[in-house]
Amino acid sequence: MSMATQTAQPGAITAQDGGLASQIRVAVPERSVRSDLRAVSIVWRREMIRFRRDRLRAVTSLVQPLLFLLVLGTGLSSLAGGSMPPGVNFRTFIFPGVLAMSVLFTAVFSAASIVWDREFGFLREMLVAPVSRSAIVIGKTLGGATIATVQGVIMLALAGLAGVPYNAELFLILIGELLLLSFTITAFGVMMAARITQFQAFMALTQMLVMPLFFLSGALYPLSGLPGWLSVLTRIDPLTYVVGPMRHAVFSHLSLSPAALAHLSPGITWVGWVVPIWLSLTIVAVMGLAMLTIAIVEFSKTE
Amino acid sequence: MDQQEASVATQAGPGTDGADAPAPAQAGAGVQLETRPPAVEVSGLTKSYGDIEAVRGIDFEVAAGETFGFLGPNGAGKSTTIKILCTLARPTAGRASVAGHDVVRERDAVRRNIGLVFQDTTLDNYLSGTQNLRFHAELYAVPSAAVEPRMKQVLDMVGLWDRRDSLVSTYSGGMQRRLEIARGLLHAPHVLFLDEPTVGLDPQTRSSIWEYINDLKTREDITIFLTTHYMDEAEHCDRIAIIDHGKIVAIDTPEALKASVGKDRVQIQTADDAAAIRELASVFGIEAAMHEGAVTFSVESGEEFVPQLFARLTVPIRSVSVSRPSLDDVFMSYTGTTIRDAEASGTDHMRQMAARFRGRR
Ligand SMILES: Nc1ncnc2c1ncn2[C@@H]1O[C@H](COP(=O)(O)OP(=O)(O)OP(=O)(O)O)[C@@H](O)[C@H]1O
Ligand SMILES: [Mg+2]
Repeated sequence: MSMATQTAQPGAITAQDGGLASQIRVAVPERSVRSDLRAVSIVWRREMIRFRRDRLRAVTSLVQPLLFLLVLGTGLSSLAGGSMPPGVNFRTFIFPGVLAMSVLFTAVFSAASIVWDREFGFLREMLVAPVSRSAIVIGKTLGGATIATVQGVIMLALAGLAGVPYNAELFLILIGELLLLSFTITAFGVMMAARITQFQAFMALTQMLVMPLFFLSGALYPLSGLPGWLSVLTRIDPLTYVVGPMRHAVFSHLSLSPAALAHLSPGITWVGWVVPIWLSLTIVAVMGLAMLTIAIVEFSKTE
Repeated sequence: MDQQEASVATQAGPGTDGADAPAPAQAGAGVQLETRPPAVEVSGLTKSYGDIEAVRGIDFEVAAGETFGFLGPNGAGKSTTIKILCTLARPTAGRASVAGHDVVRERDAVRRNIGLVFQDTTLDNYLSGTQNLRFHAELYAVPSAAVEPRMKQVLDMVGLWDRRDSLVSTYSGGMQRRLEIARGLLHAPHVLFLDEPTVGLDPQTRSSIWEYINDLKTREDITIFLTTHYMDEAEHCDRIAIIDHGKIVAIDTPEALKASVGKDRVQIQTADDAAAIRELASVFGIEAAMHEGAVTFSVESGEEFVPQLFARLTVPIRSVSVSRPSLDDVFMSYTGTTIRDAEASGTDHMRQMAARFRGRR
């Protein structure tokens, strides 16, 4: 009914005027799945445009992971080398963790763009549009996840530096896992951005959370034989459930002896029970979806 | 509107007997064809933020096709009213409808029918003009075939077609404002809200924005609701409401408002202002006050009064100015202060400065 009055009114008037407006008939249609999908897509595309414009950011976010990989990885290899089987480098061991790291920081930073948009007013342009808030939140999350994954893939291209083979199957698995991680971390960031409205506070708080997430994930050390307290903390860290499967993927493509594989990638255990890889990844996905849902609810409440 | 309601009511009378229940609806539709329903209807609208009562029960109506202005000093409640009308804030009490849809219950319908230009800029500086418009078109689900021609049309209208592919960060303040107006129009809204469309712009740019707005009225069938605290801008409106401290104190056409004041305003500068005010009261029985650094008062006819003033006032007069009633005087007669005085004392001054600073960046 509202559609009818909408199109009828300007139509009737412009026909009399014969003005410019009569040449182009525009009427905003009623909200539909299709219009929501268009909204998701344009919000996503905006993130891509801005990422492409910001080459400096792509380069600078490589610095920290590279420092970890090349400096820390090389520096510690003499110490850790003893426990590595022949042909395997300590850099290889931390490579999955470094991949996760590059994704982690980029994803959080992407989510920060919501806070940024709020401070510079653009968020209001989105929130006042006749689309569901979920479309905007999903578009933002997918955009951030895509950027973070791209960043991870750039890092992945440097696999040779860590002695990881360029194997198509391995790369596909790793990219899939990076995508999952990117999604969950971005969803986490977006959820935080719903509540924290100041950029400084957002960055301070996320930085404070991101470092422990990284250090507790087993990115830099094996998860077996840890003291009880650390063992518990690592099992709580969601990042653990991505780093573990990534490490498993890397080492199972290295033609190692079963004993060496078991030593380097023993898997994540819950009081002795080895968590299967599919369950690990499911945990991460479920967490991501839960945080996305919270973000949608929060944004639907604002203003 | 009153008429419309009345006619529906009389039709509804017999309808209540049963039998022809749809009759009132048909009558309503008939009325709509003759006189279009109001674009904005507000009654008893109130909005509080904690202890602050930003809007204290306002009522007004804006007819379809009208250009309606909200005139008031900083902190009067102009932006708050706009936020409620465009569904960004919930009223504490009262009701409002825009384009026939309730702003609380039918938010989506309202949103589809309105265009917005906020007080603070809401452009993405890292996108080009076209990209900003494209984003808007997709978000509002403008039919794909109409997007390109409509974009060209609105960009032409605000004179930005040549600069469409430049980043918004390279636009001047006036160009950014024009782009925002173009974007607000992109989806052909029925009601366009402009919250201080010219704030922080130089006089030349301000007048060019007004050219676009006036031009717009002739080109599109659109209702414009705008706020301003510039008196001269309010003159462009068909009708204005003067709002002060969250209340509407007057509402009419600019001409009628000026006529209602009916007096000339005299401002004099003297050697001793306090003495001059006392003498004006004792000699002429006129109540004068200090406004904008001058002794200010109103008289029926300025040119007849001034000679007497020189003859009978003992305090030396340095300068005299007489002005025909302006909206400024209207504002003064309704609120007891000039808008500039009201602004200067406003605690929102800093906020305003901040907004200007951001707008310019
Ligand atoms: N979100 C908010 N929280 C608390 N108070 C608010 C909020 N928004 C507005 N106010 C208060 O409500 C009052 C009216 O503000 P509003 O922004 O509507 O004024 P305005 O007429 O638009 O003024 P200006 O000309 O400065 O834009 C002010 O006292 C302001 O401080
Ligand atoms: Mg305002």
